[in-house]
Amino acid sequence: MSNPVAIAGVGLHPFGRFDRTVTQMGVTAVREALSAAGNPSFQAAFCATVYSGVAAGHKVLGALGLTGIPIVNIEAGCASGGAALMLATNAVRSGQHDTVLVFGIEKMPRGIIRSSFFEPWREQAGLAATPAYFALRATRLLRDSGITKEDLARVVVKNRAEGVNNEIAMYRTPTTVEDVLASRLVCEPLHLHMLCSPNEGAAAIVVQRADLAPRGSVKIAAAQLRSHLPGSVLGESTPLSGGPDENIPAASTIAALAAFEEAGCGPDDLDLVECQDTDAAREILAYEELGLCARGDSARLVRDGITARGGKLPVNLSGGLLSKGEPLGASALAQVVELNNQIAGRSGIRQIDNAQVGMAHTVGRGANAAVVIVTK
Amino acid sequence: MTARMIHDGLFRLNSDGSIVLLGSLCGECENRQFPAAETCSGCGSDDQKIIDLEDRGTIWLSTVVNNAPPGYIGAVPYGFGVVELAHGLRIITLIAPAQVIEYGTPVHLVAHPLGTDENDEAVITYAFSTEAS
Repeated sequence: MSNPVAIAGVGLHPFGRFDRTVTQMGVTAVREALSAAGNPSFQAAFCATVYSGVAAGHKVLGALGLTGIPIVNIEAGCASGGAALMLATNAVRSGQHDTVLVFGIEKMPRGIIRSSFFEPWREQAGLAATPAYFALRATRLLRDSGITKEDLARVVVKNRAEGVNNEIAMYRTPTTVEDVLASRLVCEPLHLHMLCSPNEGAAAIVVQRADLAPRGSVKIAAAQLRSHLPGSVLGESTPLSGGPDENIPAASTIAALAAFEEAGCGPDDLDLVECQDTDAAREILAYEELGLCARGDSARLVRDGITARGGKLPVNLSGGLLSKGEPLGASALAQVVELNNQIAGRSGIRQIDNAQVGMAHTVGRGANAAVVIVTK
Repeated sequence: MTARMIHDGLFRLNSDGSIVLLGSLCGECENRQFPAAETCSGCGSDDQKIIDLEDRGTIWLSTVVNNAPPGYIGAVPYGFGVVELAHGLRIITLIAPAQVIEYGTPVHLVAHPLGTDENDEAVITYAFSTEAS
């Protein structure tokens, strides 16, 4: 017998650059989420973070006098928040706990993300340049799916238009295709404004047995984390070699398939999606990897406005990482907060009609890919 | 030639200054990988034989890195991408010249003077080039 699982409360610290410690940002998000949930007692806490150092979650809960319970700090790259949410959901679903606190915190170094993942010689040799790997994936997408640089710019324009009204976003001005293409070329075909900014922020979610949660709480139908299968040189595990990979599913694909199975639904049932737009091509690639369209058919979704506000399946109504920036540990949970608020009808002027089923997707270093499905 | 190799085991340096990339071939599943490793990333077997990789291939994907990434000791801009060798093995590599190069363009392996490290020692790495050797 498994227990239905609900989101009892959510909290956010804005994403951007702040003169505050990562602990202080975590306190803000955790307090907000616990307060929204009616300040329940909780039996465990999972803290997602990549760059915050040893026992970062303990510092946040220590500042609030909320220690004594198990606190587990989790690193799964860009999908860290999804990993934490999976563990919390499973703990509640299985009956181990009634209520679990999940939070993600991050204060990223400035500039290109440097990672202890790479041996120093690979950095010295120029074989660890993250945007260059993004550019190679983008180049393949352009070649295989008929995507153009204008399409990449259209994704930026779409997401930045949504960031304008999201008070937690770092970038709140709209942009144009011309301005995106006029921004500095980082690695062909990616220009500066097609890449998200690493930054700072925090997000928190109280996961609770549905029968104990406030009335009308949004349900967690699935929370799945997967790693890469071996063999693709373009996988987020960033190997130096690989082979023919046409029949090797991406980590995002196997996470999505597992999530659809757990939730008992499919892509046609989704009303909105938050997906990993670390760069503009990454969002379009996600359409294909998550099964939102057939392989090679993603150009249509961009050009016909299918994934824009008012389209059949709006993607990144939060403004995405392109507007919010990416604090690794917090970004996946902030996606789920966006879905929660849209489905609960609490998105104010950004609210869409009839949001019932939403998907959140993150993918990055590891490889790690997380897919979460939430429902009314 | 006093330059040091960027990393032991990536390639063999010949007396004439040319290099040979070293990979491994799995005795269990015939998976080829670069760099050579003690275990197969495909099947986990430790039955690995070190093999010389082909010095010719074709461009599979190509871009240019315009700003030096953290820790990089070479010059910018530099070409970067994936070269496809025989048996379908695809390798991440620096590419010369620093231009976006068309899919399928033939390239060959070169020893690439990268720059100097923190001890002021010259360092060479591997690259693939479109230019006649």
